[in-house]
Amino acid sequence: MADQSLISARGLVKRFGDFTAVDGIDLEVAPGEAFGFLGPNGAGKSSTMRMIGCVSTPTAGELRILGMDPVRDGTRIRARLGVCPQLDNLDPDLSVRENLTTYARYFGVTRAEARRRADELLEFVQLSDRANGKVEPLSGGMKRRLTIARAMVNEPDLVLLDEPTTGLDPQARHLVWERLFRLKQRGTTLVLTTHYMDEAEQLCDRLVVMDGGKIVAEGSPRALIENYSTAEVVELRFSDGLDSNAQYAAKLDGIGDRVDPLPDRVLLYADDGDAAVAEVHRRGLTPASVLVRRSTLEDVFLHLTGRTLVD
Amino acid sequence: MTTETTTVTGAGDPRPLRLRPVVAVVERYLTLYRRLWQASVFSSFILPILFLISIGIGVGGYVGSIEGVDYLSWIVPGVLVSTAFQICVGESTYPVLGDFKWVRAYHAMRAAPVQPKDIVHGHLLYMIFRVQLSIVAFLLVVVFFGGLHSPWALATLPICALLTAAVVTPVTAFAATIESDSYFALLFRFVVIPATLFSGVFFPVEQLPVAIRPVAYASPVWHAVELSRAATLGRAPSWPIVVHIGYLLLWAVIGLLAARRAFARRLED
Repeated sequence: MADQSLISARGLVKRFGDFTAVDGIDLEVAPGEAFGFLGPNGAGKSSTMRMIGCVSTPTAGELRILGMDPVRDGTRIRARLGVCPQLDNLDPDLSVRENLTTYARYFGVTRAEARRRADELLEFVQLSDRANGKVEPLSGGMKRRLTIARAMVNEPDLVLLDEPTTGLDPQARHLVWERLFRLKQRGTTLVLTTHYMDEAEQLCDRLVVMDGGKIVAEGSPRALIENYSTAEVVELRFSDGLDSNAQYAAKLDGIGDRVDPLPDRVLLYADDGDAAVAEVHRRGLTPASVLVRRSTLEDVFLHLTGRTLVD
Repeated sequence: MTTETTTVTGAGDPRPLRLRPVVAVVERYLTLYRRLWQASVFSSFILPILFLISIGIGVGGYVGSIEGVDYLSWIVPGVLVSTAFQICVGESTYPVLGDFKWVRAYHAMRAAPVQPKDIVHGHLLYMIFRVQLSIVAFLLVVVFFGGLHSPWALATLPICALLTAAVVTPVTAFAATIESDSYFALLFRFVVIPATLFSGVFFPVEQLPVAIRPVAYASPVWHAVELSRAATLGRAPSWPIVVHIGYLLLWAVIGLLAARRAFARRLED
């Protein structure tokens, strides 16, 4: 039922002059869900997030956040949102704790309560030992965790995370994921954008793939793989004879569901990878290397949004 | 029962002053100031005293008296107001652009239930506090130099509060509009320096050629200097008090509207 959705959009559009950033999307996010926007740069993810965060006015369409109208009730909605923006905007001259207490005051939290929440949240994001230190010397991962803590300081009903782990090293990313997973377990509704497939698979119950301002697919990570890819993928590398992988692809035609020749390898999409490999050998082809793996969201993503580089 | 009215524009709550978020914005500035105040002591306190000593006593030895008082006493209100002016400009240029572009603190506030105009109001209130603090310290020192001739000298506090509003708001609006800090060089060269030199700080504007005098009359600094000089010397200003105050108020009101508009434009789309 739409009334119970935390976010409900119908034909949502955002235009900047002639440029259409978001081109008529529909979506519903239910309480307790971890919902992801997946898409290449420029797909319209951040523009959508800014409209949900009530700092950008929709050009057309209908949008309800927490059952309210973001244009009329923006301030009241924002009081119940936690926002972790793509670019860090911590106060570098304030201490780690002051960044949280100062921010809590914007939501009308009392000073004593702000201090209590700050200490609790610093514990949660494992920064208690840095509480009185400055923000500047913190690593990228620590700053991100502090920004996530800051987004929780008003005990929000809905947390928006715009590319929460972009630019972090693997250890830092895993720590952020682990903390976000804890939030999810507590029942916090998370909405995040990402262009990392592993992030989407790790965190999202349900996601939409955006491309060119439109939603091109929707579902759970598992369902998306089932609908838009095969169970397995065979990666073949050839080193003999023929000039291009396209020529190999022609010889592989009919094996599996789909053949995708890349410059360095040929991908064979098949539900049974081993059977596909057997068929490759039966056709007299001798690839230099064969790898059978499970399909991932990355395969779905590249299939849906293409391999052309978007800058 | 609370009756809250809302507008259909992005501006949100139409009440002119929403206290809670404004107080929170002021608190952030005060927390920052508590950490960084030492850096401002030289420019907002020691430097003006050095000015008074070198120009007031040094140059004053040659000038003797001016308009019936010793030169030091004559320039005290000028240096006082120009100090207030410098603090206002200094704190409304780089720090404001920085909070948009580099720190992005205003974006952080905007994601919370703080509206653009709350930020403008909070910054202005903090600036009034900052300037008042410097003026009090300055007056305490100057009283020992024998630079104050009337209890009306206390009126320099509200005068400088009004000047703060007249200067901070348009400069803030400017800082919120530009993309690059190189525009500040233009502001300093073509506005701040002339306003300091030709606003009756070091000599009466009547010394200026008639053609240049309107520059002084147009500057809010001159009106604040005239009022302050009248206060510290205990005499009437050159123009009716209402005109001086009205002119400063005009700058404050137009500046405030411009700043609110510039902040809203920059933080909303």
